[in-house]
Amino acid sequence: MSIDPATLTISAALEGLAKKDFTSVELTEACVSAMQAAKPLNAMITETPEKALEMAKASDARRAKGEAGLLDGIPLAIKDLFCTEGVLTTAASHILDGFHPTYESTATANLWKQGAVMLGKLNLDEFAMGSSNETSYYGPVINPWRAKDGTRLVPGGSSGGSAAAVAAGFALGATGTDTGGSIRQPAALCGITGIKPTYGRVSRWGIVAFASSLDQAGPMTRSVRDAALMLQAMAGFDPKDSTCVDLPVPDYTASLEAGVKGLRIGIPREYRMDGMDKEIEALWTRGKEWLKEAGAEVIDISLPHTHYALPAYYIVAPAEASSNLARYDGVRYGLRVPGKDLIEMYENTRGEGFGREVQRRIMIGTYVLSAGYYDAYYTKAQRVRTLIKRDFEEAFQRVDAILTPTAPNAAFPVGRKNDDPVAMYLNDVFTVPINLAGLPGLSVPAGLNGEGLPLGLQVIGRAFDEATVLRVGRAVEKAANFTARPDAWWRQ
Amino acid sequence: MSLDRTAVAKIAKLARLKMDPERLDAMTGELNRILSFVEELQAVNTDNVEPMTSVRPMKLRQRPDEVTDGGNPEAVLKNAPQRQGDFYTVPKVIE
Repeated sequence: MSIDPATLTISAALEGLAKKDFTSVELTEACVSAMQAAKPLNAMITETPEKALEMAKASDARRAKGEAGLLDGIPLAIKDLFCTEGVLTTAASHILDGFHPTYESTATANLWKQGAVMLGKLNLDEFAMGSSNETSYYGPVINPWRAKDGTRLVPGGSSGGSAAAVAAGFALGATGTDTGGSIRQPAALCGITGIKPTYGRVSRWGIVAFASSLDQAGPMTRSVRDAALMLQAMAGFDPKDSTCVDLPVPDYTASLEAGVKGLRIGIPREYRMDGMDKEIEALWTRGKEWLKEAGAEVIDISLPHTHYALPAYYIVAPAEASSNLARYDGVRYGLRVPGKDLIEMYENTRGEGFGREVQRRIMIGTYVLSAGYYDAYYTKAQRVRTLIKRDFEEAFQRVDAILTPTAPNAAFPVGRKNDDPVAMYLNDVFTVPINLAGLPGLSVPAGLNGEGLPLGLQVIGRAFDEATVLRVGRAVEKAANFTARPDAWWRQ
Repeated sequence: MSLDRTAVAKIAKLARLKMDPERLDAMTGELNRILSFVEELQAVNTDNVEPMTSVRPMKLRQRPDEVTDGGNPEAVLKNAPQRQGDFYTVPKVIE
């Protein structure tokens, strides 16, 4: 039978596999040919079709023996920030040229343990630093959604390749990472679902580090149920990540359909910003109405330090990045650019190997951590972070989840925001506070704007309460009934 | 607080980033733009507020101090840009 992977969710594909409507090999072949036809999107850095077919064959054999795992036979694509054993891993940076890890990240190993199939490695912003996927050494990713006049749009970032692959339909799901919004913002801009779990829920081991106190990996999928399934597989305790939490992983699909009757949903007034996009404001109001109609109690709340989240983030994240990226010195792996002595070799390698945005962040980080400025910038930002976290703790005394827009705008044209780094940073205004507080956040596609482009709503929950976040997200998904798909203009 | 070109050159040196003169000029403008954006934080009263050090109150886990891995120089050196035997090589440090 001919399979169109763009019409399948993970859940539907699992059903098809269980009922023997198709095999994993057939499904994987369909995904591989759709992936190869989607080159104009530039979503992949490395395709691994042979590996995919090998894994699919093994999956079919397991299923025949009755030993299928949670995601057995499901083709997924992996953000090229996760180390994959023997497969080129670049972080979309020139400085990791030729790097073939000799180990596998825990999060991806967990997916393979449950039988998932790897299609290849996805494009992203260099070292996950960006909100438009335009900082990649491998060129920008193009959003499968186009403007009405055909203008090419960004997919958001940094998990832009992940969002594009899932929206275009050649991967049933993808991994993302989220340091300030990098799962949720691209999910919103591409009309898919993505969840950033609580800090510590998914192991960071084997994921190229950006800002270690903020980074968290999560799934990007075509439905809330798929996100729950994939998170189930990725999450769990890992002794190799000292910040990974030793708590049992609940069955995320169990309470998915429980509805929101009796739940209290907070609407933070500080997220209603001056000059806010009218269509996004209207969508947020609709979201509120949907949850009310489904039986939730909607409550106005205040998160007074919201305004300071973005400036605090742009101190903390670059500070941690400058420290994490000190390891790229041309000695042990990746690019080396010769110099007359050791120091010059370091400087040449890093000067040539890192792109502009990464260099900016290393510079800011180096400055705010330098003697004499550490307290004024870094310690100050960490104090503000305490206040932001406290805001959420107080809010969660009164509500069970919080509803906000995911991003302040829909997808924008390639090249539009490249002149001013701060204008680009503003894309993360609604997502960054959640990373600073370490909380779980989900983006669900909830409607189209006048240009026919997708918009998302964000559900924020208490620490380690992904189950409620997913349950509220499912209620929004049900009410929104978002079924729009991009027309496949990219198909060659 | 604003950075001049000399200060930016010093930061680039600390960060081990080679920067040509035009890049240094552009970077000076960009850094000042970002620094004036984060300057807003100074308006927040943080008296008696502890800096956040962990997302969740937890003690860092400890493990027994024992060897769990190793003895595989080929895996360690597999990605070396330059090697000699079981060593990484770098430009001469001592004359």
